[in-house]
Amino acid sequence: MSDTDDPTAEAMEHVARQPAAGVLDGVVAALQRLCSAAAGALAASGAGVSVMAEDGARGIAAASDPASARIEELQFVLGEGPCIDAFASRRPILVPDLSDGPAHRWPAYTPAAHDEGVRAVFAFPLQVGAARLGVLDVFRARAGPLTGDQLRQAFAFTDLAVRTLLDGQDDAIPGAAADGLDEAIEHSAELFQAQGMVMVQLGLPLAEALVRIRAYTYAENRRLTDVARDIVARRLRFDPDHS
Amino acid sequence: MTTISAQRLAKVFVEVADTLVDEFDLIDFLHMLTDRTASLVGASTVGLLLADQHGQLQFMAASDENTKLLELFQVQNEEGPCLDAYHTARPVINADLRQAEDRWPRFAPRAAVAGFRAVHAFPLSLRKEVIGALNVFGAEVGGGFDDGDVQIIQALADVAAIGLLQQRTISRGEVLTEQLQGALNSRIVIEQAKGAIAQASGISVDEAFTVIRGHARRTNRRLGDVARTIVTDPASLATITGP
Repeated sequence: MSDTDDPTAEAMEHVARQPAAGVLDGVVAALQRLCSAAAGALAASGAGVSVMAEDGARGIAAASDPASARIEELQFVLGEGPCIDAFASRRPILVPDLSDGPAHRWPAYTPAAHDEGVRAVFAFPLQVGAARLGVLDVFRARAGPLTGDQLRQAFAFTDLAVRTLLDGQDDAIPGAAADGLDEAIEHSAELFQAQGMVMVQLGLPLAEALVRIRAYTYAENRRLTDVARDIVARRLRFDPDHS
Repeated sequence: MTTISAQRLAKVFVEVADTLVDEFDLIDFLHMLTDRTASLVGASTVGLLLADQHGQLQFMAASDENTKLLELFQVQNEEGPCLDAYHTARPVINADLRQAEDRWPRFAPRAAVAGFRAVHAFPLSLRKEVIGALNVFGAEVGGGFDDGDVQIIQALADVAAIGLLQQRTISRGEVLTEQLQGALNSRIVIEQAKGAIAQASGISVDEAFTVIRGHARRTNRRLGDVARTIVTDPASLATITGP
């Protein structure tokens, strides 16, 4: 696979081209840039990210523009919509035409989104297995499906949003562009098994275990795969008092 | 293998069709299908891989699951019969693993060490798109598949692919993506749960899988649901790992 074929690297380039987000800092600013980049790359009218707690409560949020922020918030005001369903069902909810059926699915959300000029919504859960972080929503003013390429791009932005949330810093990850491909490949059983083990070692929620493993990996300048292998082989253990 | 009796075959297809109903769980369905395929053809092990959003083949289910086998499925992201079947959309039949070192220098020796002598792979296709592969391992060469056998296994692979479109709105291409992403994520949850149980009980991840599957069967719950409970509800750990 060449660099130009790598949607994750491409998504990161899109984000890097976005202007800095003014007074905002940290994760919210990073997510806002990501939303703007995603909207541009996916020929969308806007995009929004909602960070959500396990019970579905909404935490911090970011959007590409004020109108998208409003549309994103709509679902939480009304208590229904593709984003809420994507979070609950732990899978993407792709609605290429809001006027085709969803009125039954979301009787309040559908007309409200329509009033805001939204004709298509694509909601992607931000998750790694059972660790749920939130949802990325992409809004379009025209009905129609995402093409295969756009879908791949959308998943790359989704991966990037997950990484931004886990790593909690503006430039996502040190050297991230270089190991972008690695991360796609590091979809290994061992990595996920290690996450479950560290969760129990630390007595913390699964998402927190992911954060700790990644932080350790960066601090030690190692590869995620190697760290995961050590955890599963019980050569490395996370101590609740010291990590 | 000897060609399967019509009665046994009919029974398996009825059983498979019977699961294509409400309360359908793709992971459980794929496990069942790999189990039945293995017993039908007298294969040592049958596994199933699906392509993720990066085009990488991910392990989903097998008639028999352990770390060695997982590695054997995982390495097929780079080379192996499944990758060949996935790329060419054609089955790989009766490949003799001792003669296959040139073809698959990494996969073939590993498979041989795992005790296999023959391997087959069948593409999983939907609407002309290949979405994964069914992998059949045999302990002996020579009991080769004839044309009839090949057609039967390919039919089972086709049924597996149809399982992905179990929801009623088959006309929507988006549904396939939603289902596939949901299933891929469920598989990650199972790995995370294996890690959690392994850590909590001081056992290997392979033993942890046996514990999780045993609990799911005893309580008549889905594997994916049990796994999710393990990693999202710490209190459940004691119940599952307890005496």
